[in-house]
Amino acid sequence: MVLNNIENLLEKYENGETSLKEEQQLKDYFSQETVAPHLEPYKPMFTYFLVNQEEQFTKALSFPEKSKNKNRFNFKWLSVAAVTVLMVSVFVFKSFNEEKLTLTDADKIEINNAKEALAIMSKHFNQGTAQVSYLDEISKIGTQVDYLKEITNPMDRLLKKRRFLFED
Amino acid sequence: MTQLEFLNIVTPFKDKVFRLAKRLLVSREEAEDATQEVLIKLWKNKAKIKDYKNVEAFSMTMTKNFCFDKLKSKQAQHLKIVHSNYQDHSVSLQKELELNDSLGWVGKIMETLPEQQKMVVQLRDIEQYEFKEIAKMLDMNETAIRVALSRARKTIREKLTSTHNYGVK
Repeated sequence: MVLNNIENLLEKYENGETSLKEEQQLKDYFSQETVAPHLEPYKPMFTYFLVNQEEQFTKALSFPEKSKNKNRFNFKWLSVAAVTVLMVSVFVFKSFNEEKLTLTDADKIEINNAKEALAIMSKHFNQGTAQVSYLDEISKIGTQVDYLKEITNPMDRLLKKRRFLFED
Repeated sequence: MTQLEFLNIVTPFKDKVFRLAKRLLVSREEAEDATQEVLIKLWKNKAKIKDYKNVEAFSMTMTKNFCFDKLKSKQAQHLKIVHSNYQDHSVSLQKELELNDSLGWVGKIMETLPEQQKMVVQLRDIEQYEFKEIAKMLDMNETAIRVALSRARKTIREKLTSTHNYGVK
């Protein structure tokens, strides 16, 4: 009965119609020590399949391109760093310059106020100095007036002499 | 993706890749190189791995294509693949391990099969894939696979029967 079943399975097997389960049955049957003599030729075939299932890839896997990648990455990051430094320095430099030049509206108003204040101050100051310049004239006159003193001195002397004469 | 994660994905089927490569290229060294190449290609595309529906089937297809390219370039150069993993025949003869010897025979018979039949037998009888999966991997329809499989199985059985009957080893 079992043998009959196996023979049927073998026929299906040779026609490529067996399922994986049925093929496993065949493999199990042929992995026995003894098989029916007329089925003997099948034994090495199925044993071969079973043995070959066990073969393994034993070589150690290596990923050579990993280290290459690392190097490439270093160069990449180096260039990225260089570019960022360049960009940042240009940006900072530019923004510094712009800060000096740019004035807010509030600043402009303040400056204008300051200018106006200074202008008023200088105007008044100039007026003041103009008035003060008269003092110069006065001091000039003052010096001229000093001559009058010179005149009074001989007069005094003359007057004294006269008095002296009159008393005599 | 770290190397460990990648290995976790790859480990379940890397032996299958290797065995398919060995079936096609015969030599163990060649098959190891091929497996390495296939896995490295996968590693390089590791960013896309999550997009693949079935990494295993994809890898098997890659292996098939890689091995075919390899075989073609060998043929173009008029070079035969010399496989150095012969077993020491004198030892096995002395021991007269019939089973071991007949297994060697099966291997030899498999080598004589056309590439397509080799792959189908490899994927079905050894790796036990469903026909659907094989169809995807080899880009064939299921009927064609069944036909190829049936031919291959019959060839192997016939050759084994004749050697068995004649007792030629």
